[in-house]
Amino acid sequence: MPPPPLFAIQPVLRRIVNRVATDNPDMFGRLGPHYNAHFVIDPVNLPFVLVLRPDPDDLLLDARQRNDIPPHDAKVSGSFLDLLMLVDGDLDGDALFFARDLTITGNTEAVVCLRNALDDIDGSIAENISDMFGPPGRAALGILRRAKQRNKSE
Amino acid sequence: MNRPELVCPAGTPSAMRTAVEAGADAVYCGFQNATNARNFPGLNFTVPELEKSVRHAHNGGTKVLLAVNTFPPAGKVDLWKEAVDTGAKLGVDAFIVADIGVADYIAKNYPDIRLHLSVQAAASTPEAIKFYCREFNIKRVVLPRILTVPEIKTMADEIPCEIETFIFGNHGLMVEGRCSLTNYITGLSTNMDGVCSPAAQIQYIKDDSGNLTTKLGEFTIDCFSCDENAGYPTICKGRYLTPAHDGAYYAFEEPISLNLSTLLPDLMAAGVTALKIEGRQRSRAYVKSVVTAYRKAVDNIMAGHNPEISDLLALTEGQKETQGAFKSKAWR
Ligand code: SF4
Repeated sequence: MPPPPLFAIQPVLRRIVNRVATDNPDMFGRLGPHYNAHFVIDPVNLPFVLVLRPDPDDLLLDARQRNDIPPHDAKVSGSFLDLLMLVDGDLDGDALFFARDLTITGNTEAVVCLRNALDDIDGSIAENISDMFGPPGRAALGILRRAKQRNKSE
Repeated sequence: MNRPELVCPAGTPSAMRTAVEAGADAVYCGFQNATNARNFPGLNFTVPELEKSVRHAHNGGTKVLLAVNTFPPAGKVDLWKEAVDTGAKLGVDAFIVADIGVADYIAKNYPDIRLHLSVQAAASTPEAIKFYCREFNIKRVVLPRILTVPEIKTMADEIPCEIETFIFGNHGLMVEGRCSLTNYITGLSTNMDGVCSPAAQIQYIKDDSGNLTTKLGEFTIDCFSCDENAGYPTICKGRYLTPAHDGAYYAFEEPISLNLSTLLPDLMAAGVTALKIEGRQRSRAYVKSVVTAYRKAVDNIMAGHNPEISDLLALTEGQKETQGAFKSKAWR
């Protein structure tokens, strides 16, 4: 299968990360010295990875082909749905780790800081993001949520 | 039977709001420094965060207990005094302490604020607990996780203060306040720096076959094959090779969590005043699930119904649970 064209989703990712940062300025304090670390978020069942640098002055959320992963400080791997539920505060990261559904490599302290920063965000990040894209965004989230529900009850 | 207080963990303001909404009677928390025993990176409260969170918790009818439960090294006591002064100013309902110097400071300067003796003080005899009550006017003791339920009942009859026991969460060596394993390997002390197995020294290494090795500093703590559940890289949960044993084995404790759901009625009948859920370092998803489950169970027991405890196994370390010494001294 040819690699997916990623250029189309880069502006969307930029809007998403800017929105989360604008809505939650306090989260950056929890990152401590790791605010400019590079994290690779690897949804193992998707054909690409995300690269995140949560620096409030120089934010980055970029999609990369698997053969084009840049040098990074830490990597978090799991299924797309698990990662989504994790970011949304619906799943406990430690529980995923115990079940071997989440893998962390690299700088563990940076990952712990990122986890704590994201976990302190109230409400649903996914909902806020889907609102940015109007009815199609909300419809897409509805589909994902139903998949999440199925996932939970399995 | 008195209705026990459900005491719930809050590592962030969001986790505290989650605990309040899920029905916590009290939440416990700490500042972002070595004054509390969960001094993890990115966790805990700034002063403005705690100020806002105390207001929110009180509006929801939930008490806030401030953990100042580490032991100040010589020459550094001011940080602990500052945490106490700030907590008092913000209106916390109680301090959880382990060190006698910190306890004395609070007893003398803030006699109207309740003092709870932390599990870190490891006070496990009526004599020790009575001493703390007499000297510092301790109102509640958090018992070390080494007593059986009948022993707790006997204790309740002998001491002049309330009893709090853990009911869910991390289950280690149970030499509380005295464990130096982390200090030995990392140079940081659980008891003085407030952190066991610091994340900065943890490494996870996954090989091509999916086996996961966990390391703390230079030491390999465990190696999980791809179909095994994993545990934290804490030294007391490590699987080690020693000449005294064939093959690698869990020398102290295995990856496992405490879950006393089925002992709840017995604990409540034994005179336990407060039931504590461990896990300030865990997510708000954990807080929501565990607090909701125990809220329902306690309310059911009080109403004379079956406790009906939800399954919390997925949240336990290694997906295994134990009743530890509460059930039997033979637990290890
Ligand atoms: S090594 Fe185990 S017993 Fe010691 S402080 Fe850490 S968790 Fe507790």
